[in-house]
Amino acid sequence: MLEVRDLNAYYGKSHILHGVHLSVGDGEIVSLLGRNGVGRSTTIKSIMGMVECSGSVKFKGEEMVGLKAYRVAHKGLGYVPENRDIFPTLTVRQNLLLGRKSTRKTGRWKDEDMFELFPRLKERADTQAGVLSGGEQQMLTLCRTLMGDPELVMIDEPTEGLAPKIVEQVAGLFEEIKKRGISILLVEQKLAIALDISERLYVMGHGQIVFEGTPRDMRENAAVRKEWLEV
Amino acid sequence: MEFLLVQTLNGISYGLLLFMLSSGLTLVFSLMGVLNFAHASFYMLGAYFAYQVSTTIGFWPALAIAPVLVGAIGMLVERWGLRTVHRYGHVAELLFTFGLAYLIEEAVHLVWGRSSVEYRVPPDLDGPLFTIFTSQYPIYRGFMMLVSVAMLVSIWLVLTRTRIGLVIQAALTHPQTVEALGHNVPRVFMLVFGGGAALAGLAGVIGGNAFVTEPGMAAAVGPIIFVIVVVGGMGSLAGAFIASLLIGCMQTFAVSLDWSLAGITIAQAAPVLPYLLMVLLLIFRPKGLMGTREG
Ligand SMILES: Nc1ncnc2c1ncn2[C@@H]1O[C@H](COP(=O)(O)OP(=O)(O)OP(=O)(O)O)[C@@H](O)[C@H]1O
Ligand SMILES: [Mg+2]
Repeated sequence: MLEVRDLNAYYGKSHILHGVHLSVGDGEIVSLLGRNGVGRSTTIKSIMGMVECSGSVKFKGEEMVGLKAYRVAHKGLGYVPENRDIFPTLTVRQNLLLGRKSTRKTGRWKDEDMFELFPRLKERADTQAGVLSGGEQQMLTLCRTLMGDPELVMIDEPTEGLAPKIVEQVAGLFEEIKKRGISILLVEQKLAIALDISERLYVMGHGQIVFEGTPRDMRENAAVRKEWLEV
Repeated sequence: MEFLLVQTLNGISYGLLLFMLSSGLTLVFSLMGVLNFAHASFYMLGAYFAYQVSTTIGFWPALAIAPVLVGAIGMLVERWGLRTVHRYGHVAELLFTFGLAYLIEEAVHLVWGRSSVEYRVPPDLDGPLFTIFTSQYPIYRGFMMLVSVAMLVSIWLVLTRTRIGLVIQAALTHPQTVEALGHNVPRVFMLVFGGGAALAGLAGVIGGNAFVTEPGMAAAVGPIIFVIVVVGGMGSLAGAFIASLLIGCMQTFAVSLDWSLAGITIAQAAPVLPYLLMVLLLIFRPKGLMGTREG
């Protein structure tokens, strides 16, 4: 479904990604791990067309490199930014509304689905998103992107700084997403979650993929964990 | 008392007109980071287009046609000018709009000549609306207020009640996130720039005949609306609104007061007052009345 080859990305003159390759299959959950600053966010931003890059990003067989971000979104790729990037002055409902790409088409998700998954959002539907708690804002960024009905969603550090109970809820959402036939590319810090829910994992170091395998391969490979993940 | 009432009404109507200009300028600034030096030139074009259209088919069609034309020019400028220049940074953009202001002024010289044109208040709107004590208040002033208020309400409705308005609001702070959700942000920029130009054009249509339509009108009002945007707080619509009314009233009162201080009458000092206000504000409250960003 998603096939990334030889991806190089730049911020101005600094060369951040050096030939990243990865793939995500239909309905698969794939995690991208690595320490801070190795280029995980840059990888998914490049796939999304938000960073200047070269190489090849094929989504459902179509080349995405060179397309503007909004076009990539319309092809069916969803992006959930890190840092709970909600629109703070708009209400929860308005945030969800902006997740939709058009007013005509309705996808597989409705506001009600989101409210069922996260009752907290329903209670706060008409409050300004800026006053929500960190966990609620995180749920909102996830839900907002799902409203655009992506076929593959790339999620950047969804559990960072969340209480364990909310992390559980978010993991529950991933199950629900998968049940509806959507693939996930997940950027995570927490190895435990990644091992738990993903079918395959990639580890990044210095702008390159340094390991790929199944959660089982990873469990057995202490050397990789020590060299590239543990701090 | 009579003086106070009439001048307040005049001040408000002038202030509302200024807001039609400053609202577009401030929206474009906060959305695109561009301080558009040519904004007042759109005001001038609105007045000249209205003059041209009203001498051929009348004022009422001009009221609709001139702003649409100016808005279309604004969109072309954004699409084929600013968007290209954007790559070279803000300084290039600033120089571009600076050049554009001169270009428009020269074009106006070429087409309509160097002196003012006979753009008059239409006969249907000429005459007194009501009489306060002994002064008559002109219908046209009331009409200006009506148009400005109608515009104000429409901007507000568009920004808060429509989908495109929400996209604009979100793009003010998070353009990248909005685009990644599938919204064509460059097109939104073009529409906002065009909308701002159209508003300025409309201000020109109703201001050009209330005041005077001449090639220097852009250069005269341009600095004032910059002052308003700075005083109100860069990028704040509410701030621009308050500052517009404030400066509108201040200007109107000042020119008609002949109190004097050290041999200079307030009327003589009137043109300096807005700048004085700006300088003081920049010293004591650099982010402006309602601004959020510093510097
Ligand atoms: N806008 C930017 N301009 C210049 N350099 C950047 C920019 N964003 C990121 N970088 C640099 O690119 C490198 C990779 O950043 P990236 O955000 O992809 O890291 P990451 O793996 O997501 O880590 P984390 O999210 O934990 O910070 C870092 O060295 C960072 O300093
Ligand atoms: Mg990151």
